[in-house]
Amino acid sequence: MYDYPDSTGHFGPYGGIYMAETLIPAVEELRVQYLRYQNDPDFKAEFAYELKHYVGRPSPIYHAKNWSEKLGGAQIYLKREDLNHTGAHKINNAIGQALLARRMGKKRVIAETGAGMHGVATATVAARYGMECVVYMGAEDVQRQAPNVYRMKLLGAKVVPVESGSRTLKDACNEAIRDWVTNVESTFYIFGTAAGPHPYPMMVRDFQCVIGNEAKVQMPEMIGRQPDAVIACVGGGSNAIGLFHPYIEEESVAIIGVEAGGHGIKSGAHAAPLTSKSKVGVLHGNRVYLMQDDDGQIMETHSISAGLDYPGVGPEHCWLKDIGRAQYVAIDDEEAMKAFHDLCRFEGIIPALESSHALAHAAKIAPSMGRDKVLLVNLSGRGDKDINTVARLSGISL
Amino acid sequence: MSRIKTVFDRLASQNRKALIPFFTAGDPRPALTVPLMHAVAKAGADLIELGVPFSDPMADGPVIQRASERALKNHMTLKGVLEMVAEFRKQNAATPVVLMGYGNPIEAMGWEAFAKQCEEVGVDGALTVDFPPEESHDAFLHLQRHGIDPIFLLAPTTDEARIEKVAKLARGYVYYVSLKGVTGAGNLDLSDVEKRIPELRRHISLPIGVGFGIRDARTAQATARLCDGVVVGSRIVQEIEASNEQNVVENVSALINELRQAIDQA
Repeated sequence: MYDYPDSTGHFGPYGGIYMAETLIPAVEELRVQYLRYQNDPDFKAEFAYELKHYVGRPSPIYHAKNWSEKLGGAQIYLKREDLNHTGAHKINNAIGQALLARRMGKKRVIAETGAGMHGVATATVAARYGMECVVYMGAEDVQRQAPNVYRMKLLGAKVVPVESGSRTLKDACNEAIRDWVTNVESTFYIFGTAAGPHPYPMMVRDFQCVIGNEAKVQMPEMIGRQPDAVIACVGGGSNAIGLFHPYIEEESVAIIGVEAGGHGIKSGAHAAPLTSKSKVGVLHGNRVYLMQDDDGQIMETHSISAGLDYPGVGPEHCWLKDIGRAQYVAIDDEEAMKAFHDLCRFEGIIPALESSHALAHAAKIAPSMGRDKVLLVNLSGRGDKDINTVARLSGISL
Repeated sequence: MSRIKTVFDRLASQNRKALIPFFTAGDPRPALTVPLMHAVAKAGADLIELGVPFSDPMADGPVIQRASERALKNHMTLKGVLEMVAEFRKQNAATPVVLMGYGNPIEAMGWEAFAKQCEEVGVDGALTVDFPPEESHDAFLHLQRHGIDPIFLLAPTTDEARIEKVAKLARGYVYYVSLKGVTGAGNLDLSDVEKRIPELRRHISLPIGVGFGIRDARTAQATARLCDGVVVGSRIVQEIEASNEQNVVENVSALINELRQAIDQA
């Protein structure tokens, strides 16, 4: 039976708690409190209520018939996380952690954000539960994702642009960790992806598993069986693990994670540590495959989508790759852009650039598969936030 | 006997406290690191914590972050840092050198290769900020095999059970992080440190150094009264940052002199 992480937070050799001493007691306290509440009936009931009435779950599954027809092969179904309140899967996890923060008596929450979706989700739950909220965002991303910055401010959060390092997601993580070590007693760090020190990879996965758990019920209702493959984009990998984890023991279902290939794996300008066979290393509290130079310095990454622009990946994905249960591939910027436009035009859905990577891989493999085959793609977020980026790439100024 | 133990034993017999400066290798320029090491040793440093730069220094405040960035811009590598220690040892066989940084550059080199080279060039201890005892088993074995002391951190948040755990693994000295925060933070409260040290001493027989937030001779002196060694990092890096290449060695020497006198009057 697949049962990870172990009691010390490891997925095989991956994961762990690589943090400075000051924060070790904080992650230990978090682990104890999470284990205490994870099966608590009141906690579970409140989480389920919020997901239903505040987020709007269950999110539907939609058969992208037109697009499947054009591709001429496997049928593509979309898990519509883009229809959630705040427009992405991130809210599932933000609510789970905020409910835990409240039970732990923390009145202040902090978060890192790349594309801004996790920042918006955190600012949203902070407003909902009356907590002070500070979001760290790379200065580069503050430029790229201006509408989300304003959204967070409207929700009452303070957004701190991070000027150090590469001024993107990894630097925002560093700065959030620095805040946490300074304010460890008052503050709960709502971490946005299934990575970081134990128990975050496990806890974030558990909160996101609502995606896969719903799909496992919905697919048989729609087509009388489970899909042939589940496909999701992987940055840190929270939307992916949320879909994948409930399917791990369904051996007939292939699991495919799609990384950001940027300008192409060979160019070096990408954010695909699994596909590019990066070395294993330690960053942000966990041991994972990590894009780094020969001296162990973390490399700057490139992706068209800010949410995938990260040099590492969650530890469970590393393990699923090693044991061969999941396959990881990369989709480059151009392929993702094509899938973005195709979904807009053929289905009337504007997908997030992150999710467009998963869509592009489905479009790549569908034509060579039979029409009776079914691919379930996690449409992890909507693309409204990306219209400036897309317009700029098309030479249009909005 | 290890250099670290020799130094702390000598200081204890003289009823004096250790002055432990920290600065980042390769800052402001690689060619100035070894001269700076000699200068601080001459000006009264008992032990040198030499920073290995890392791209993502999560436990550091802005001053040491900038030092790391400058060093990396100068192409400073872990291999280069080890070569600097070898160079330093040609003229100084006595002053202990501890490499301080984050785990990943060592992971990339491999712990066995790292520990072996540390022994060869004369590094005495290694402190990896993001490797707590729970994740240090392999690292510890390799360091031990080559006689390199693993230096561990203790923090205001560390409870008694963890102090015990660290006490079993630590060698050389233990580094007590004086405050909740990053290096160079401004919220040092020495009355907290004063309460804490006797608790640590109940479990720890090694010397205890205290660092983070020690910003001038006065705080260094007050801290020295409470423990066995005072670590000064950001303040020294600030001095390096504010100097030019002609006067940096002289300015840092003057600062070490001032700290030395203050600590000896504690």
